[in-house]
Amino acid sequence: MYNFNYHRAGSVEEAVQLLSGASEGTLMGGGMTLIPVLKQRLANPSDVVDIGGISALSGVSEDGGKVVVGATTTHAAVASDATVQAKIPALAVLAESIGDAQVRNRGTIGGSIANNDPAADYPAALVGLGATIRTNTREIAADDFFTGLFETALGDNEIITAVAFPVPDKAGYAKFPNPASRYAVVGVMASQGPAGTRVAVTGAGPCVFRAADMEAALSSNFSAEALSGISVSADDLNSDIHASAEYRAHLVGVMARRAVAAAG
Amino acid sequence: MPTVSMTVNGQPAAGEVEGRTLLVEFLREHLRLTGTHVGCDTSQCGACVVHVNGKSVKSCTMLAAQADGAEVTTIEGLATNGELHPMQAAFKEHHGLQCGFCTPGMVMSAVDLLNTNANPSEREIREWLEGNICRCTGYNNIVKAIQAAAGQTGG
Ligand SMILES: Cc1cc2nc3c(=O)[nH]c(=O)nc-3n(C[C@H](O)[C@H](O)[C@H](O)COP(=O)(O)OP(=O)(O)OC[C@H]3O[C@@H](n4cnc5c(N)ncnc54)[C@H](O)[C@@H]3O)c2cc1C
Ligand code: FES
Ligand code: FES
Repeated sequence: MYNFNYHRAGSVEEAVQLLSGASEGTLMGGGMTLIPVLKQRLANPSDVVDIGGISALSGVSEDGGKVVVGATTTHAAVASDATVQAKIPALAVLAESIGDAQVRNRGTIGGSIANNDPAADYPAALVGLGATIRTNTREIAADDFFTGLFETALGDNEIITAVAFPVPDKAGYAKFPNPASRYAVVGVMASQGPAGTRVAVTGAGPCVFRAADMEAALSSNFSAEALSGISVSADDLNSDIHASAEYRAHLVGVMARRAVAAAG
Repeated sequence: MPTVSMTVNGQPAAGEVEGRTLLVEFLREHLRLTGTHVGCDTSQCGACVVHVNGKSVKSCTMLAAQADGAEVTTIEGLATNGELHPMQAAFKEHHGLQCGFCTPGMVMSAVDLLNTNANPSEREIREWLEGNICRCTGYNNIVKAIQAAAGQTGG
């Protein structure tokens, strides 16, 4: 690992100051992606600004009918949160399926979505539930946030502060995990509610996407049967040592049906 | 260089570290607590698991500076007055180890499991051990040891 200056920010304002004062600053939430990247010398920041200790950024609250998850809330905290379990149980299921217990004890929702790994779980939750990303400067709809492979709409030194989820009438998440890493080979979040009928797919393509044909079929009949016969094209899907594009396309159908069935 | 101070196994510990110094390096190289192992560089094996403020974490994927001010417990801190912790005793009794390389992380992870869920099912134990890799035992005796430590009979 290349060396860097470590800073622990006490507030979002301080974090912004530290970032803008650094020649090449980077934020750190839980470090569960950043530290492995640094270890492999794939990044060489001059300064690492740790926001993990900013208490205002951590925890779950309810605000105007939405469930608001602070950016530094760990996966374990989301999975075990009483409000999340009561209002959006599918989100608790998704958080509980991430990595392993130690990754869940440190990794945060803000870090996961800022990184936008094509196989990460949270992008499916945000798009599949129609969430809004709150940053230190603005609000961004999840549909506009995930822009490509490891790419997001975040600007330089922009800090995610929270994610606001509308409470769906029904929602389910199903994931075919890579048996070694637990990342999603394919994961699907399906929901119906104030954000409409949504089917969001992670793992399959370079970035999370919505399956429009499935959404159309589910909007009049939210049942696994409504999805029978609907397939996703393998054309733009990922092919790697874990799964071919054709296999991923097949899994999208299976996971979508399971997600809808889990939504009850 | 930044100075970090934390409580390790109930004792105050401090030292000068670089920004990049990992918690596991601080424990092993500065404090000579070599019970915590490093088995991979991909954050996957769990040989390095310790407790920070009561929660199990991978000490290879945390900076020493992030643990500044924290309470850290390593495998060396489990036994009291020469008496093995019940989880250590159960691993010994149920042959939950062979070469022993994964064992410190397994035990620290298992202790956190029972702190979180005092009476886990076999499936919950196996899922919890997702982040702990053992090349020797095939896991069955590790699961039995944890069941025994949880007071479950017939494990
Ligand atoms: C063994 C292992 C298994 C895993 N399995 C899975 C899995 O099954 N599914 C899954 O989804 N993920 C998985 N992960 C990734 C894990 O969920 C990480 O926690 C997550 O990707 C990053 O969160 P973090 O808080 O650790 O972010 P960090 O590593 O701290 O940061 C990641 C990136 O986000 C930026 N960032 C962090 N916080 C903010 C913020 N508030 N605003 C703006 N930018 C920010 C950082 O600058 C950095 O670029 C796994 C990781 C490991 C090590
Ligand atoms: S040494 Fe392998 S996970 Fe830490
Ligand atoms: S006992 Fe040898 S790796 Fe687990």
